[in-house]
Amino acid sequence: MKAQLHSLLGIEQLTTAQIESILALARRMDPHRPSQLLRGKRVALLFYESSTRTRTSFEFAAKTLGANTTLVIPVSSSIEKGESLIDTAWTVESLGADAIVTRHANSGAVYLLARYVRVPIVNAGDGMHQHPSQALLDALTITNHKKTLSGLRVVIVGDVYHSRVARSNAQLLSRFGADIVFSGPPDFVPEVSATIAPGVTTCPDLNIALQGADVVMALRVQKERLAGKDISLENYVANYQITPQRMKLAKPDAILMHPGPIIRGIELTSEVADGPQSCILEQVRNGVKTRMAILAMLLGAAR
Amino acid sequence: MRDMDSLLIARGHVVDPASGVDQEMDVLLRDGRVAAVAAPGKLRGQARRSFNARGCIVAPGFIDLHAHLREPGQAHKETIATGTAAAAFGGFTSVCAMPNTAPVNDSPEITRWMQSPERGALVNVFPIAAATVGSLGEKLTNFAALKRAGAVAVSDDGKPILDDRLMRDALRAASRLKIPVVQHAEDTRLTEGCSMNFGATSFRLGVHGMVNAAEASIVERDIALARATRGHVHVAHLSTREALEAVRRAKRAGLRVTAEVTPHHITLVDTNVGDFDTNYKMNPPLRSATDRDALIEGILDGTIDAIATDHAPHAFHEKQVEFEKAAFGITGLETALPIAITVLHQHFNLPLSRIVELLSANPAKIFNLKGRGTLAKGAHADVTIFDPRKKWTFYASQSRSKSKNTPFDGWSFSGKIVATIVGGKVVHEG
Repeated sequence: MKAQLHSLLGIEQLTTAQIESILALARRMDPHRPSQLLRGKRVALLFYESSTRTRTSFEFAAKTLGANTTLVIPVSSSIEKGESLIDTAWTVESLGADAIVTRHANSGAVYLLARYVRVPIVNAGDGMHQHPSQALLDALTITNHKKTLSGLRVVIVGDVYHSRVARSNAQLLSRFGADIVFSGPPDFVPEVSATIAPGVTTCPDLNIALQGADVVMALRVQKERLAGKDISLENYVANYQITPQRMKLAKPDAILMHPGPIIRGIELTSEVADGPQSCILEQVRNGVKTRMAILAMLLGAAR
Repeated sequence: MRDMDSLLIARGHVVDPASGVDQEMDVLLRDGRVAAVAAPGKLRGQARRSFNARGCIVAPGFIDLHAHLREPGQAHKETIATGTAAAAFGGFTSVCAMPNTAPVNDSPEITRWMQSPERGALVNVFPIAAATVGSLGEKLTNFAALKRAGAVAVSDDGKPILDDRLMRDALRAASRLKIPVVQHAEDTRLTEGCSMNFGATSFRLGVHGMVNAAEASIVERDIALARATRGHVHVAHLSTREALEAVRRAKRAGLRVTAEVTPHHITLVDTNVGDFDTNYKMNPPLRSATDRDALIEGILDGTIDAIATDHAPHAFHEKQVEFEKAAFGITGLETALPIAITVLHQHFNLPLSRIVELLSANPAKIFNLKGRGTLAKGAHADVTIFDPRKKWTFYASQSRSKSKNTPFDGWSFSGKIVATIVGGKVVHEG
């Protein structure tokens, strides 16, 4: 029994069965075998924030399934002229979009859309809040390497406070019984972050956090976010950069993940990014499959 | 003819804490004043008209210490006419209007303009003037001239006075004129970019949160300055347990510190923001359950002096936007009494006389409104009549306010305003 999914707003709104069926469908998707599953469907990509992999993979996903896509971005559109989010969404809906994939700098912007438009909304990242398709593709990646999510020790390293990826991942992995450890300096990993889901703890000392880890997930560090914080870039690199030495603290079969874009030399070194434990490009590949599954489910072509 | 202007409120239960009256009495209003309060039947025949208040509480008119009537300059949100119509519906016979208008009410001219009959106010409007020119926090306004023009207090509401010396000078100047300085206590250096309370909910929603310390530290500072100047600080919309504790200590020390809370801060908590509902976005934000419970305790033990609405109307297009971009504030004039009765009287057994104190007697004292907040003979004929047991449902769409930004749409309450009388005239009958 699968409850029908109308929109993908955040991990919290998904039932465990829905998550499982998206993942099962994603495993069957092949980005290299075009299909006509969504022929005639129009998918609008409403991107208020810059994006490379998310936007491209939603676009490839839609097109691989036979749908048309159109990109709406603030520059050279009415958004620039001061049109409100609701008005833009109503316009895109009226133009005939069958689904709106949206990324926005403000947390919760997708909820606003979902309240006012009828077509399915796909959250491609809203502020610091949620990035559900990323968490789904990450779960797909992890399950390619681990038998089960239950009992895994997943260490998420870096700027958790500002990270929608961290929030979505913690909520999804917690649902399946993983233990999640947030590690980073206090400004990036405030105590309150452990309240995001059951089974989440914080550990400021990365060397301790990594012990026995099955999955190491590094987050991007934005240099400008270090401004005014208690920690300098040098200090961050010294204490939180993922290096070959640090990877040795984790289990031998641990995998290394990163949602991208990676900044080599800050959150990780090239040795680990390009090393045997790295799943970073596999994540990108799984992104297309996962987003194919999401679009197929929301647009009613797969049940 | 004198009798033309008289009204007998008969058979009601008069609750007038200032006079120590809490029993069935008749009230005679004549020429805009309370002419007599006497045992039922005693005043029969003395007025042309009479109002049957059987089963109702007859209270001195409610006074809202904190409302945004939006005029001049923001008539798309509210006008003095529509805001006072909402006030009348909510039983408020007097509304103290905050100065964050456009332009800011920092002059006697604007203060008088707001009180002019052309505004069409249904109830008394008492402007609270800006404490600093343009509320820019640089130079004090002319408190004496503002008071002469009708201002009852000074405040830079929404833009707290952060500078210590300026706040000290404001308290000194206000103290000479016997008016309070009303402080929106928020250290804005700590709350930049914040849209709600700091906690598990703000973290989960990915929204920057305001810490309790941003309120408490300013309240502590203001109390220290009140001690130094002997001035009167009135803490607007107090919302945190730490600030409450500071006020409690200040009162024990005998300082001239008073505080108000809003109906929403004793009813809702930050988790009610739900999925980014902007009708739950206001400043100060909805806090934790611990804070809410502390505020209720503060009302029960008398630390809190008044319930004030912080009625803050906003147009649809200012609220139906991204949560972080949405304007702070909710309407509140129409739901204050029903919330007070439902939460404080029904749930926490607070006597109705205490509710009248919080909504009328104490506000009159805090802002020094002579002849108001009481039904003693000679007082202004401002009367609020309500049925504490009447159940009803509030619908935002039926609000008298020009704006509909309320979290209480569709809520069912006990306690409804039956009549609002201002200067002896019935301005609302429900």
